Amino acid sequence: MKNALNRYVPEGYVPFESASAYKNKERKLIAPKKTSEGYETLGSISDMFDRLQIKDGMTLSFHHHLRNGDFVLNMVCEEIKRRGLKNMKLAPSSVFPGNAILAELIENENVTKLYTDYVNGPVADAICAGKLKELCEMHTHGGRPMAIESGALHIDVAVLGVPAVDKKGNGSGFSGQSACGSLGYAVSDLTYADKVVFVTDNIVDRIDNPQLDGKYVDYVLKVPAIGDPSGIVSGTTKITKDPVGLKIARNAAQLLDEIGLIKDGMSMQTGAGGTSLAVAYYVRNRMLEKGVKGSFASGGITGYFTDMLEEGLLDELYDVQCFDLKAVQSIGRNAAHHAMSGSKYANPFDDNVVDKLDFVILGATEIDLDFNVNVTTDSHGKIMGGSGGHSDTAHGAKVTVITTNLVKSRMPIIKEHVTTVTTPGEDVDVLVTERGIAINPRRTDLLEKLRNSRLPICTIEELLETAYGITGRPEKPAVTDVPVGVVVYRDGTVIDTIYKTK
Amino acid sequence: MPGNNPAMLQNSDVFDCDAVIYDLEDAVSVTEKDAARTLVAQFLSAMKKQPPMEIVVRINGLDTEYWEKDLEAVVSDKIDSIMLPKAQVRYLKQLDEALSEIERKKGMKKHVAVLPIIELAASVMEIDDIVKAPRVNGVLLGAEDLSSDLEVARTKKGNEILYPRMKLAYACAAYKIDSIDTPFTDTNDNEGLADDCAFAANLGFTSKAAIHPNQVPVINSVFVPTAKNIEWALRVEEATRINAEKGLGVFSLDGKMVDKPVMERARKILVKARKYNLIQEDKQ
Repeated sequence: MKNALNRYVPEGYVPFESASAYKNKERKLIAPKKTSEGYETLGSISDMFDRLQIKDGMTLSFHHHLRNGDFVLNMVCEEIKRRGLKNMKLAPSSVFPGNAILAELIENENVTKLYTDYVNGPVADAICAGKLKELCEMHTHGGRPMAIESGALHIDVAVLGVPAVDKKGNGSGFSGQSACGSLGYAVSDLTYADKVVFVTDNIVDRIDNPQLDGKYVDYVLKVPAIGDPSGIVSGTTKITKDPVGLKIARNAAQLLDEIGLIKDGMSMQTGAGGTSLAVAYYVRNRMLEKGVKGSFASGGITGYFTDMLEEGLLDELYDVQCFDLKAVQSIGRNAAHHAMSGSKYANPFDDNVVDKLDFVILGATEIDLDFNVNVTTDSHGKIMGGSGGHSDTAHGAKVTVITTNLVKSRMPIIKEHVTTVTTPGEDVDVLVTERGIAINPRRTDLLEKLRNSRLPICTIEELLETAYGITGRPEKPAVTDVPVGVVVYRDGTVIDTIYKTK
Repeated sequence: MPGNNPAMLQNSDVFDCDAVIYDLEDAVSVTEKDAARTLVAQFLSAMKKQPPMEIVVRINGLDTEYWEKDLEAVVSDKIDSIMLPKAQVRYLKQLDEALSEIERKKGMKKHVAVLPIIELAASVMEIDDIVKAPRVNGVLLGAEDLSSDLEVARTKKGNEILYPRMKLAYACAAYKIDSIDTPFTDTNDNEGLADDCAFAANLGFTSKAAIHPNQVPVINSVFVPTAKNIEWALRVEEATRINAEKGLGVFSLDGKMVDKPVMERARKILVKARKYNLIQEDKQ
């Protein structure tokens, strides 16, 4: 079966129609889990498996706020391996190279199904090599809570690493040796999983305004450490010094100004990459020059945005995940720095934040002539990431800007057709590269606003020819026709299929 | 751009500068000289589109064993200028002869220009003749080597190079060629760079060399006309046209007299503004 973008959809999945098709559907909500009468304490991970009767075929979920420093998913994987459990289904919101043990479990069929929003490293390699028995389902950050609340992704046990847990079972990420800030991606798991376990290394007397409500918690397990602080936040995130990245960022900020988006009350989101942060830097400079005050920034929050909040350039921050230490420190200190859930962030059926964004700055590993963007696989078809909030913010924001080098590692970033569609071109408005800026022809309003611009505006076809002039025409990626995963759009439909690599 | 760095060469045409200097001299170690020469030559020959900037190659000095091989490899219709380090009149003559011979041998249509670098005290004393030498269409001040020749410390303020700066700016203005100020070497100090650019521009320099692409926007912001100046020049241009129809060669604008020198200043601003596409024109 093919979907509206002419991409193959495996049997049993609903094909993608359009980015707005969800508007014709009703929100489906299963009943939240029954609230507990207090929690019980567990002695060890092994004790958790015994007491919760974790057995073959069950679905366990995790959040990824401890990022590459996470010990919790790894501890559970070790126990699955020790017990020789089979056909387990895991639903971590993201998977990092530090979770290499999961690749071993996949190879040995201890784990046969994976639901995640982002995966790179050895686990991605194992999936691409065809070792995962069932298709890997790659959600978006907004699609995952939608899948959980609707029952499409049923969780038997949510095993959630929590940096601080109080005596009532409330949880927070703001403090403790493993502080990571907002725990936004854990909220749906907490609310809808059959059983919830908090794994912590820090029990405190009381947490005021906890992000995770203790009433949903069944068990608390204290361990020496839930993560390695050096891997939890990437330290200080910095704007790029690469002159090509800076040129792209300058032009992106100039474009945002010319289309009238740098104005009082503006709202914005950027990623934490060096070029995205550089866009934030140049936007901030424009705001200062023009005396503009923005309403909010959202998404994964970095120190750049907390500085803007503290300088009075932004009224509020809506934070689903802290990207650096400065953001972690800010969220515990600034009342206007709000932690939000993944659902509040981007669930298409929630009153979400992404729909209120004026603009978002996103990256791309590939973009094609229809403006479809791939951030899931590389140009060899190998998984190296995933949507995260890419397609959620692209749909919600009034203007979606992709910033990328035209050529990376001798490969043109523009393709006639992307290897894998993560975000549909209908939601992508502008591509800014170092050799020109292409506007999606659907956005006649933007083209009109930029009619007299001195920015290097051209068509995406012209940019493709420029790229080919540098690199020549690359060969198509060597993948098989054996599906290993599906890219699940935020409304639960399948936007593309990922294939086993050769 | 160091001539032996492929990634830098690949992106050398994207930085909105007027010219890129591909370097075979100081940025390239002795063991890399041949690799850089080959890479720059291959890169230029593979260049399919006319780049948006002038192409300059800095060869090794004529007191080295490399310069003839450098010229042989890189001189072609693809380049605009050869940059000559430690320039002196005798070297410029020798370079002109060598270039003429290569142009003849290769059947080139283009007459390659020369950009001498003033980086010896002896060169400073010869500036008046250097600007008149064949093929010279601009001169670059190289203050690092110059201060080393003088055995004085380089400072951010640059008092030690005030004399050569002024001498070079005047000589170039007299012969209507580009005067290119010495690079500002602290790549992390954009404020210092902007101040240094403004100082050089006030001395009469027409441009400044960058040692890092991130310096280009700052340099451009100083050396291109400001929006306010462009607006003033456009008004002078319009008023000149209207008054010329009435037969008036001198008139008053905003209470100030506009005569030939003022009109000429406005004209020069607009030439530059149009060159850099700084005048908003409605595109239908």
